[in-house]
Amino acid sequence: MAWRERFEAPAADVAARHKRSTWLRAAVARVTTPLLPDDYLHLANPLWSARELRGKVLEVRPETADSATIVIRPGWGFSFDYRPGQYIGIGVLVDGRWTWRSYSLTSVPAASRADRTVSITVKAMPEGFLSSHLVSGLEPGSVVRLAAPAGEFVLPDPLPEKMLFATAGSGLTPIISMLRAMRRRGQNADVTVVHSVPTEDDLLFGDELRSMAAEGLIDLHLQFTRVDGKVTPAQLRALCPDWAERETWACGPGGFLDMLGEQFEEAGVPESLHIERFALERGAVGAEGGVVTFGTPDRQIEVDGATTLLEAGEQAGVLMPFGCRMGICQSCVVMLDKGCVRDLRTGAEHVEGERIQTCVSAAAGDCTLDV
Amino acid sequence: MAISDIPEYAHLTDADVEALGAELDQIRADIEADRGARDARYIRNTILFQRSLEVAGRALTVGARDRRLWWAGATVLGVSKIIENMELGHNVMHGQWDWMNDPEVHSTSWEWDLTGPSAHWKHTHNYIHHKYTNVLGMDDDVGYGLLRVTRDQRWKPFNLGNIFYNTLLALGFEYGVAAQHLELGKKRKTPEAKAQFHQDLRDVGTKIAKQTHKDYFAYPVGIALLTRSKTAGRKALTANLTANVIRNVWSNAVIFCGHFPDGAEKFTKQDVDSETRGEWYLRQMLGSANFRSGPVLGFMSGNLSYQIEHHIFPDLPSNRLPEISVRVRALCAKYDIPYTTGSFPVQYAKTWRTIAKLSLPNQYLTGTVDDAPETASEKRFKETPEAHLVSTVDPVTGRRKGLKTAIVGLKERRASRRSPARA
Repeated sequence: MAWRERFEAPAADVAARHKRSTWLRAAVARVTTPLLPDDYLHLANPLWSARELRGKVLEVRPETADSATIVIRPGWGFSFDYRPGQYIGIGVLVDGRWTWRSYSLTSVPAASRADRTVSITVKAMPEGFLSSHLVSGLEPGSVVRLAAPAGEFVLPDPLPEKMLFATAGSGLTPIISMLRAMRRRGQNADVTVVHSVPTEDDLLFGDELRSMAAEGLIDLHLQFTRVDGKVTPAQLRALCPDWAERETWACGPGGFLDMLGEQFEEAGVPESLHIERFALERGAVGAEGGVVTFGTPDRQIEVDGATTLLEAGEQAGVLMPFGCRMGICQSCVVMLDKGCVRDLRTGAEHVEGERIQTCVSAAAGDCTLDV
Repeated sequence: MAISDIPEYAHLTDADVEALGAELDQIRADIEADRGARDARYIRNTILFQRSLEVAGRALTVGARDRRLWWAGATVLGVSKIIENMELGHNVMHGQWDWMNDPEVHSTSWEWDLTGPSAHWKHTHNYIHHKYTNVLGMDDDVGYGLLRVTRDQRWKPFNLGNIFYNTLLALGFEYGVAAQHLELGKKRKTPEAKAQFHQDLRDVGTKIAKQTHKDYFAYPVGIALLTRSKTAGRKALTANLTANVIRNVWSNAVIFCGHFPDGAEKFTKQDVDSETRGEWYLRQMLGSANFRSGPVLGFMSGNLSYQIEHHIFPDLPSNRLPEISVRVRALCAKYDIPYTTGSFPVQYAKTWRTIAKLSLPNQYLTGTVDDAPETASEKRFKETPEAHLVSTVDPVTGRRKGLKTAIVGLKERRASRRSPARA
């Protein structure tokens, strides 16, 4: 089969779903090399490319005053076999720059396959430059880039008998996808939902949750923290006495998840708690230095805010790509997978999803590089 | 000898050089702060324009049996290849558009339509050439190991063919680019170096195979099948060949205008590794040459008509170089540093003149190794070896008198020596 691999090589990295399209692409690529036919086609229609996942925004539907559901029609190469609870990466063009973030899918796989759309629900964060743009600045018809659905925080199959969903704020978004999938499949389990938001006005999917409760799908407790205060361990025990026997999925702010983590640890059942933390939108402002991870956790080093990432890598014994060491040649550029770094020349911050020059960048908090 | 003390050659003190560097840093900061949707639209439109031209050029060659369509196809394809290599490939690989965070228009992923692999070019060009610009023995662009372009290179009988080699290089420039990274003349002693060389050789071989297969096999055969005419296929092949040659000759001309016209200085290895940021800027300014261009010539040269600005800021977007040049010229005037430029034909002719002259041994040439149109050192200005060169301020005008004034003075003195009667 060596000849076949050789023939398909130019199209090997493309997310094509059919062998035939791979062959066609590989054949035409002989005339379009070093590009792929997709590179020409997407100039006619931005969605006609499977070289990279793309999508078109069909609708931006307000949910609350500061949140909206964004319905996207993915282009070629997107696979709809994601699992409820997973997130996608979305890249949006703002002032000429593609800015990337990850958001939970709030659509249901079966429905997505039927109408060939996916949706995410985004809450505008005061410090979140992109989330605000998505909620109030994104026009239907815009083309966005997508990264394939990912994440281990998913609805299990088969379902455990007893489940608890503990969420706060926009931590509801991965859970709503799970609940919708259960409702659509007609699955029955003993499900308790404890969800807290500041006020009724901040509540996402309120009607839907209440109708699920009315149908008997879930036991719902809504906590409005402005009035009721935050959910305390004692309250949780009162609301859901058998919490320790339930498989639990939790998503929300760090403090809330830490509280739950302690609870489950003390009860001796830490493995029944599944949590998803929101990635920080920005590195802690003003943070200097941090722990830099190079690809895998066994290659780590703690550095100050003046050491370049290239030097840090070399100190840690990592074979780093390098060139001019003065920021002009772009030989040392790598992907920033997590965290935030600062360009030492300009002070500009770069966040995950950007490629950075390691020879002129330093860690601004903990970060992970793809080396 | 080439310039060994860059600040002294420029008649600047260390403080002057630092101040100059700070002013250039400010230009960079201003442009970076201002980059945005307008610039992104520019590069997107350039890509759209180039790929449309390419498709049009290839479509025209379907009718290549018709002489006029053959010429139209070859020319349009040649122009598209020029834009692809210059305004797109070269500039994208420099990271000029990395700020857009667009994986398709990024220095780490761009592969250009030319036989030299992008990864190799980024090493020899972005790193070696742009860091060690015009430093003898370090920058391969000084002569590409084939030509004698400065009197500091010792004359060998081989150099008699300078003009011939440059002609060949111009016609097959993409192969020159492909071979440059291999450093074919170099001896490799360690097993690692040998293994690396063989890997590089394989990479170049693969890229050349893909490119030649496309232009001289897949495409012409496709046309022959489509039109059921062997002649059409053959004509398409010659049109592709012509397009590549058009691109090669043009790229070679533009690139040679960057560092080989009179006034673009060469430097010795001394001090380069300990130079300050300001000295590095200064070396880029003294070692590069522009040619005058309007929007069309600028675009077709990938804005390398602004070679000086490109060398100061290799990673700032090419469409910003014209406005940057206004500020750089003002700085040159302020510090009395020459700003080497001229019309394109004159600058290109000067590179050929140098190449022609230097095919001869030094004894047949006027000018010395310290004071020739293409090679100079700080010694050219020194009445005595101990004298230290710094700029002075003209008491009448209050203007700085530095390198540029010194060069003019030198020319006048020389002219008066040659014809004392007229002086």
